[in-house]
Amino acid sequence: MAAEKAEMDALKKECDALRTQIEAARKAVNDSSMSAASGGATAVGRVQLKLRKTLKGHLAKIYAMHWSADSRQMVSASQDGKLLVWDTFTGNKLVAVPLKSAWVMSVAFAPSGNLVASGGLDNICTVYNIKAASPKTLRELDAHTGYLSCCRFLSDTEILTASGDTTCCLWDLETGKQKVIFTNHIGDCMSLALSSDMNTFISGACDSLAKLWDVREGACKQTFSGHTSDINAISFFPSGNAVITGSDDCTCKMYDLRADQEVIGYQDTNLNAGVTSLALSSSGRLIFAGYDDFNCHIWDSLKGEKVGVLSGHDNRVSCTGVPADGMGVCTGSWDSFLKLWN
Amino acid sequence: MGPKSCCCLFTGVGACGGEQMSTKTMEKVIVAMQDPDMGMKMRNQRLLITVIPHAMTGRDIIDWLIQKYSICEEEALHLGGMLVRYGYIYPLKEPRSLVLRADESPYPIYLAKKNIRKQGELMEYEKERYSLLHKRINHTWDFVVMQAREQLRASKQRRKADRIVLECQEQAYWLINRPPVCLLSLCVCIWLPCFQIEICRRALGRNRVKSSICLEGFVKYSEQYQNHDPIMQGCLPSNPWISDDTAHWTMNTDIVPTPTRLRVERWSFSFMELLNDSIGRREFMTYLEKEFSAENLCFWQACEEIRHGESSKIIEKVEEVYKNFLAPGAARWVNIDSKTMDKTLEGIKRPHRFVMDDAQMHIYFLMKKDSYPRYLKSDLYKNMLAKAIVPQETKKSVFPFMRRQRHSSPSPAQAITQATEEDGRAKGAGQAAGTNSAGGSQV
Repeated sequence: MAAEKAEMDALKKECDALRTQIEAARKAVNDSSMSAASGGATAVGRVQLKLRKTLKGHLAKIYAMHWSADSRQMVSASQDGKLLVWDTFTGNKLVAVPLKSAWVMSVAFAPSGNLVASGGLDNICTVYNIKAASPKTLRELDAHTGYLSCCRFLSDTEILTASGDTTCCLWDLETGKQKVIFTNHIGDCMSLALSSDMNTFISGACDSLAKLWDVREGACKQTFSGHTSDINAISFFPSGNAVITGSDDCTCKMYDLRADQEVIGYQDTNLNAGVTSLALSSSGRLIFAGYDDFNCHIWDSLKGEKVGVLSGHDNRVSCTGVPADGMGVCTGSWDSFLKLWN
Repeated sequence: MGPKSCCCLFTGVGACGGEQMSTKTMEKVIVAMQDPDMGMKMRNQRLLITVIPHAMTGRDIIDWLIQKYSICEEEALHLGGMLVRYGYIYPLKEPRSLVLRADESPYPIYLAKKNIRKQGELMEYEKERYSLLHKRINHTWDFVVMQAREQLRASKQRRKADRIVLECQEQAYWLINRPPVCLLSLCVCIWLPCFQIEICRRALGRNRVKSSICLEGFVKYSEQYQNHDPIMQGCLPSNPWISDDTAHWTMNTDIVPTPTRLRVERWSFSFMELLNDSIGRREFMTYLEKEFSAENLCFWQACEEIRHGESSKIIEKVEEVYKNFLAPGAARWVNIDSKTMDKTLEGIKRPHRFVMDDAQMHIYFLMKKDSYPRYLKSDLYKNMLAKAIVPQETKKSVFPFMRRQRHSSPSPAQAITQATEEDGRAKGAGQAAGTNSAGGSQV
């Protein structure tokens, strides 16, 4: 028994030594800070976005929303058991999809616009064809042993899911089977984001780590630490070279993939609410982060300063999204409304 | 946030392929658990109205692991999960019991029993094997089913508690000895220090770029795209969300007779920007045709279709690509280095979605390093830029005085830059814009 413990201790020591070396290697390349690099960039000033539209129709908390690739349609999910597909320009509801399980936590729009997917506490990712006369269930992807926290389509034939069972999974929609399982997190996976070339994706989990994965191989290529609580939201910087995370520890962070470390943190001593969701403007300059304090705060990603706030919701902001054409930002809340701002 | 509960570990014994785990370590843990003095305290557990003897709760296991190995709760949860996955511990709905020895009934009888007991309860992989076995040992199938029925009837005689325990033991046994078909990715016991060490070693070896270079990249990117970011700089002729005028979207649909200036400028930001734009790709194709190297782009496009298209069409598409681009004497033969060519030809014998990846990457870089920079300097591109539309800003007719203030105090530098650009546009020549776009192609 003592021998076992000694063996474990020795291994742990070796592990810790390696971790120290990695930290040293990261420090070695850290020859500048974001504030130094962005010193020359023009200040953004105070960003005041106006509320342009309020989309009413859900009867309970909204948990997720996702823009269509056409930047005009958008799908939202609420625990009233419905998915609503909106034409955000006119404010009309185009399609209503009734859900088998009302406990939905995530929703996604396929790039083609033909399919939407949702999932939640039922552990299943259900894919619907919304171009049919009435929404038809195409597939029920059932293999996760934990709740479905996030899903994203790669195409009409492939979808990525993140689950509370600590794994992410790539599914083949033609067969309904799992193609690749991504295991490495030791906490519930809460969020994922796909790179624009679809060869990699990033995931954030309750183990406070963000991980970069190779879609094809299933391997975890990089891990980023620094947060002190669950990571609830994650996104790529539009250039694809950095990852932005939002966490229950009330901060957001940007990690650079090439320098392999955190480059800037977004925190404010007056902000004591957890981050639930985030989205970036199309140039990457502005970060829209939804918080538990019912607001969506706007950060200057380069200078690390808070430059604005979107107030108007009467409950927690649960989801945020900027469409592909960057026209504005949409916030969804537990108050059952979606608001469009720019 | 999130139900980080014990129960998610103990609901599914989802073993993943017969990977050689550190079973030695796990067995040591299990043996330690059974130590009469320092091991786990087992007691009778209630399962609804049945009482299971010698069982323990998940919570007990976690606490014991934490205390014994001085690990934290997360690690204990994961170790516990591994022990369950490999059948050392198996769950009984709520309470759990320890495996001592697995039942020895042959596999087909086990599947038959499961099928009879609860119709359609077999997992996908079990169903496949069930029908496979049925075909293979068809002649003895009646015997198998009879045996299964016999065993089920005999088990009904047992006390419910014993029956539940034995069923679970059996399930665990078969999960280890006939695991589900291995998925493409393997399940690694990552929390164990020995595996962590391997991960750390690999992480240590990776290439790291100086942060000054990386950060400069972000600043440059943001600045380059600032004019293209409607939230930062507004958009022309107007933002549809504000003006309720869809003109902007109409002007920027996928295929339009004349694209906007901003759009054509973006083609110079990076090669992917050009390729991702339908009009950009079409223009680039025209340019390549003039240079007699259009087959490169055609090849790249065909490879994209294989990568992202339907699985059923993959084989025929690969055939097409081989015939048109790779075969000796092909009509549109592409110039790939011999090593990549050999590897690709080998791979074509067993075509799959990613078989063309290496060749496609080679041609992509060829175009990016050679044709793309020359295209940006060509008259074709310069003319495109010159005749591109710069929409007039729509003045809001109803409230003309409501000029939306995005920044309460705009930087003077910004105001000057804007004025210069407007002059440049008014001049109409592609000169000023030409210098802007030629600088700094994105990696």
